[in-house]
Amino acid sequence: MQGSPAILISGLTKTFGAVRALDGLDLTVRTGEVHGFLGPNGAGKSTTLRILLGLLRADSGHAELLGGHPWHDSVELHRRLAYVPGDVVLWPTISGGEAIDLLGRLRGGLDRQRKQDLLERFALDPTKKGRAYSKGNRQKVALIAALASDVELLLLDEPTAGLDPLMEAVFRACIAEESGSGRTVLLSSHILSEVEALCDRVSIIRAGRVVESGTLAQLRHLTRTTVTAELDHVPENLPGVHHLAVDGSRIAFEVEPDRLREILPLLTAAGVRTLTCRPATLEELFLRHYQVSP
Amino acid sequence: MTGTMMLVRLALRRDRLLLPAWMLVIVGAVAGTAAAIAELYPDMGQRLALGLTIGSTPALQAITGPVYDPASVGGLTAWRTTTITAVLTALMSLLLVTRHTRAEEESGRAELVGACAVGRYAFPAAALTVAGGTNLLVALLLTASLAGQGLPVQGALAFGLAIAGTGWIFAGIAAITAQLTEHARTANGLAVSVLGLAFLLRAGGDAAGVDALSWASPLGWAQRVRAFAGEQWWVPGLAALTGLALVTVAATLAGRRDHGAGAFPPRRGPADAPPYLSSPLGLAWRLHRGGVLGWATGFAVMGALFGSLALSAGQILRDNPQLAAILDRMGGENTLIDTFLATVLGMMGLVAGGFAIQAVLRLQVEEAALRAEHVLSSVVPRLRWASAHLLAALVGATAILTAGGLAVGLAHGIRTGEPGEMVRPAVAAWVQLPAVWVTAGLAMLLYGLLPRLTALAWTALVAFALLGQLGEVLQLPEGIQGLSPYAHLPQAPGGELDAGPLIWLTALALVLAGAGVAAFRHRDLIGV
Repeated sequence: MQGSPAILISGLTKTFGAVRALDGLDLTVRTGEVHGFLGPNGAGKSTTLRILLGLLRADSGHAELLGGHPWHDSVELHRRLAYVPGDVVLWPTISGGEAIDLLGRLRGGLDRQRKQDLLERFALDPTKKGRAYSKGNRQKVALIAALASDVELLLLDEPTAGLDPLMEAVFRACIAEESGSGRTVLLSSHILSEVEALCDRVSIIRAGRVVESGTLAQLRHLTRTTVTAELDHVPENLPGVHHLAVDGSRIAFEVEPDRLREILPLLTAAGVRTLTCRPATLEELFLRHYQVSP
Repeated sequence: MTGTMMLVRLALRRDRLLLPAWMLVIVGAVAGTAAAIAELYPDMGQRLALGLTIGSTPALQAITGPVYDPASVGGLTAWRTTTITAVLTALMSLLLVTRHTRAEEESGRAELVGACAVGRYAFPAAALTVAGGTNLLVALLLTASLAGQGLPVQGALAFGLAIAGTGWIFAGIAAITAQLTEHARTANGLAVSVLGLAFLLRAGGDAAGVDALSWASPLGWAQRVRAFAGEQWWVPGLAALTGLALVTVAATLAGRRDHGAGAFPPRRGPADAPPYLSSPLGLAWRLHRGGVLGWATGFAVMGALFGSLALSAGQILRDNPQLAAILDRMGGENTLIDTFLATVLGMMGLVAGGFAIQAVLRLQVEEAALRAEHVLSSVVPRLRWASAHLLAALVGATAILTAGGLAVGLAHGIRTGEPGEMVRPAVAAWVQLPAVWVTAGLAMLLYGLLPRLTALAWTALVAFALLGQLGEVLQLPEGIQGLSPYAHLPQAPGGELDAGPLIWLTALALVLAGAGVAAFRHRDLIGV
């Protein structure tokens, strides 16, 4: 199965009453990669994950998970994956340590030593009852249970939304280790710095459709580079630039990466003294898809 | 108290269907009974004869309380409907108060609202305002519907106030239990236990003729208002004052605790799970065991009390030669004891149905709280998860009924001194099981098919109770009475033990539950 995608979704739709949560979603997650699943609240990230888990049934379209059908083969597939929901609710009378053990055993086994390590790394007190935990600590319980399970695929739905910066760093280190040991991770998030730091490839979802998918470099390639320069004189014609702003001898503009090679000679000819070229940040990529129109 | 009126409007908006439904059931049951009694017993001779039958059946009085004036339609209506209506009104009130106080706090919604310009006491104040007003409205509607049928206005008003008074007291009790525990479920459980205790005290007192016991119970007060039979107006006043006193206690408790906290500090748990906590069944056992234990204790107390009263219920008529003569023709004291025991066990069966419903609907609680996702995203098929809770419900109901039956038998056996008397009630308790299972199966079917309408299971149980309580007096057609699974159970002890209905009821329960599980396997999870 090496080389075949861990997740393969095409044309997936799901409606809740009059609301169209997924509208022809396509998504491919390759085996062994950390895949960022980006989108604002309500874009359909959680619905996609819940369809993959067989908790919801898709209206139409094709979804394949680890080579199986998410609804029909759910139990067999669940043996090979672990899921951390975005909103972790625990049993009020069951302690965090018990919940970790329970979830691990329900998935078919838990590495005890790994549980101890993770408890220490995440600085979680396992003896508190479920109701006594804060949101972040509830999330740690679910994360530890998932990370201590021996699985091929991690499905994480905004797992760090309640974690403090220290714990987020621990989380990043853990995911990097998981990825290093060959596990596939689908990380749904809207924390862009996290995705930028962790993910090999990214899919951006908007209103139930994936609007952009690829490596960060590929996505940047599709986005304009911001150029600022100080020149002796401003050239009269700069083909293909956007949002040109001239302030005395300083200019700033955006340009498609493909056309940069045409522009640079013109700048050189204009006596460039300083020059900065900045590729789009993920944030700009993200905003580009979500702003009504710039 | 700032913001109370806003919260009152919020509560009314949230309960805009629920409260009218409660009021419809409560007022409808009373109005229907009054109309039926007027139609079925038009002349005084018939009514006095009915009164005589009631007087000769302590088992009936254990359930309904004494009849103060059998001569009038109003008197008979008050006798027949006071207890069941008061219990329903108490349930409505205590659930209402918990729903708008502790449940809001537990869910975190109260924190969201409380951070706005809303006073510390606004939530309980709003809940109690709504409860107080709803009960007053129930009183007025009862008065209007009874007076509208030509019954004396004074009696109708006294009856309405007797019912509302019970509601006020239990709203106050729920206001206190909501302060004691962090969980709405536990708060409701505590308040319902108080209601159960109140029922036991009154039932025991009325069946054995110990008036002081009945006076110790708010449900006893409702009867002792003596609507249509020389009204004692100070009793509803006493109820209202008691309600206020309870609310004062609740306010004191509320002022002493932190938001979200209960009266008891949270305890720690183990860092590792015990071996049994590794399967859906293990988890179901963990989640249900406290409930089963609590209910079993309640049933055992109830059983011991009624079991020890059974002999007195048989002997109470010795003093009255006229009644004793009637009784001898019916089969003597033993018939009376058996009827009493069968009535008590029937009541237990109905209450066990309530246990079964809440145990099955634990599935829905888990699903709505998103905890089901943890289990269903692991290596657990839906069938196994649902079956684990279903099994907990069926086995739990069996266990609590067994505890109740054993306690009845033990107490009755000790009083009679005959070991055989110990076994009969215990076995007879099991006769109730098929009907309890059907109730559980119905809840399972609703959960699988209509997960947003599972409250209908409770509606069905209330309907079963009303059919059992009022069906015979109202001479409803057998087809309608037969809608309740409890109507098909043979009388036990003392009746012919016909296995037929027990078998087909059990089969029906399995079909309902099976259909529910099948439907659940094919639907989306809700609450996501």
